Amino acid sequence: MNDEPVDVLIIGAGASGAAIAWSLADTRMRIVCLEQGEVMNPLNYPSTRRDGEARNQNDFSISPNQRKSAADYPIAEDDSPIKVANFNGVGGGTVLYAGHFPRFHPSDFKVKSLDGVADDWPIDYSDLATHYAENDRMMGVAGLNGDPAYPSDNAERMPPLPLGKSGEALAKGFNKLGWHWWPSDTAIATQPYDGRDKCINLGACITGCAQGAKASTDITYWPHALRAGVELRTQCRVREITVDDAGMATGAAYVDPDGVEQFQAAHVVVMACNGVGTPRILLNSKSDAFPDGLANSSGLVGKNLMFHPYASIQGIFEEELDGYKGPHKIFRSQEFYETDPDRDFVRGYTFEIQRGQGPVQTALTGLQRDKIPWGAGHHAAYRKLFNRIAGMVAVCEDLPEEHNRVTLDPVLKDSDGIPAPKISYTLSENSRKMMDHAIVKASEVLRAAGAVDILTQAPISYGGWHLMGTARMGTDPARSVVNEWGRSHDVKNLFVVDGSVFVTSAGVNPTRTIQALALYVAEQMKQRLANLFD
Amino acid sequence: MNTTETNFTDAQVQCLAALVEMIIPASEDYGVPGAGDGIIFADILSTTAPQHEAVAAALSALNAVAEATGGQNFATISAAGGDGENIAASFRDQHPKAAELLATITVQCYYRDDRVMRALNMEVRPPFPDGFTVDQGDWTLLDPVRNRPELYRKTE
Repeated sequence: MNDEPVDVLIIGAGASGAAIAWSLADTRMRIVCLEQGEVMNPLNYPSTRRDGEARNQNDFSISPNQRKSAADYPIAEDDSPIKVANFNGVGGGTVLYAGHFPRFHPSDFKVKSLDGVADDWPIDYSDLATHYAENDRMMGVAGLNGDPAYPSDNAERMPPLPLGKSGEALAKGFNKLGWHWWPSDTAIATQPYDGRDKCINLGACITGCAQGAKASTDITYWPHALRAGVELRTQCRVREITVDDAGMATGAAYVDPDGVEQFQAAHVVVMACNGVGTPRILLNSKSDAFPDGLANSSGLVGKNLMFHPYASIQGIFEEELDGYKGPHKIFRSQEFYETDPDRDFVRGYTFEIQRGQGPVQTALTGLQRDKIPWGAGHHAAYRKLFNRIAGMVAVCEDLPEEHNRVTLDPVLKDSDGIPAPKISYTLSENSRKMMDHAIVKASEVLRAAGAVDILTQAPISYGGWHLMGTARMGTDPARSVVNEWGRSHDVKNLFVVDGSVFVTSAGVNPTRTIQALALYVAEQMKQRLANLFD
Repeated sequence: MNTTETNFTDAQVQCLAALVEMIIPASEDYGVPGAGDGIIFADILSTTAPQHEAVAAALSALNAVAEATGGQNFATISAAGGDGENIAASFRDQHPKAAELLATITVQCYYRDDRVMRALNMEVRPPFPDGFTVDQGDWTLLDPVRNRPELYRKTE
């Protein structure tokens, strides 16, 4: 037991927890972060070994249900066509993300006003602009200024990732059709940056970057936060957030690395456990004052789960492309991003254009899609695919619906006996139409680029990388969980800074916005320190 | 009788060896061994160990299909030059998840073999620490996009 309260207790050391820990450290408050996973050792990442490709389906799988490490909690997801992808460790999901790092558009904060669906955010792009820039400095962003799909941000970017043979072939296809494309903003160092070395094209971004070029928060924010005095406790799994009779959070009950129950008292608690982990802990934090879970007077904790349904569209080319060499992402297209009344869906999507696959994944793709037979024809068929696949995924905006939700599974528990989350999710008609549109358009551009065959999958089942909306932000306590600066409406010393607070999902990867939001919340807290709980 | 390293019976080992060689046979044309090659198969056997139960169940399913079709187990039919390919096809139809498990392990081990990597013109090493070279490509391709008007919606 530790009854001596810390000033700020952060739960989760991933994208948002790292950012807010670093930002609050300059207040000289005593800050402790509890993380259920461990500090990562890049020398153990799959790209350092010959069996690396096999490990992305085992100990470095994106699915916690496949990975089953000591840090993971199981997720009941039979009632969802999209399965959760996450990582539990210092750095969180940034350890395994691809580093595709777009900002939201101004229109993404005004969905209701512009398109009459979902809700507007209580903040807008201009509220986050300086925090996007601050986060960019901490993470390091490669790209190119001048994208006509975004307002000018004058950000300092490192040179973009190489186009390579794959990017060149696909760019020609986009140009033939006169469609937008632009080198992706990526959280990957293309030159030495803040003590990290530059990308050497390992082709292994999504299983951890052994080179340290990809900006995962264990090697970006955390070294700075630790030097500034933040205490990080790993292998500590939070069971619940406790409250006093006045309905204020008092700290967290957690299980330490030895399996011993502990308690850490705190004046302020910050949830940073992603869109599934945060509602799980809040729903597990039941008390007389909060019988339906903490901060849940609206009944919206866990509801409005958004994923980003992904469609995968890959072309098979006759000429050899980059294959397994190089970062996965090359450029993006937002030709179909904004709502077009001539289409049969609202909102839109981003195409993330990507390179090919390693030798094992090429074989698996061929076997699963009946492009490679068992037996004598194996080798000839394999060589028609190896180093000849390139294409894209469509990141489709997912609109909030209350029936898509995280609850607690009545039976499933983690290794510490804590009830596990259950996902209930159905694809909306709007999402289906958006993915259908993306498949048609991507096939068109791949053919224009010279693809001789096309492989599609929609949705990508193990594609629930983006976990959003389950503790949404808003000004109305009856329609939101936290206010416009991240504080719980119900519990005035409880904050949420991860993707749970998203009101809508936009059609882009959320990490850059999650981190900008965490820095924005930190700034709001610092401005209000004298009357934070009023 | 069990093999000491894997806990598979000899019959199970023979069945698995026959199947993996059938999935990826040796090829003189491409200068590559089959997946039943001694070094590759040893890798397959050690890789299957953590999934012993699932692999054993998959092999039982394969043998059940073989016995229903040809009256003998899969290894015996294959060794005798029998209709192993059709049996394997029926196995894939009737037990797709079991077939996928065995095929996945096979390709995971096959495509990290030195000889196979060399035949694919790959360097025989992990990606780190040397990395790879990727050409910058032709950035003038971006010129038409640079000249496009703004395509985002303004909100004010």
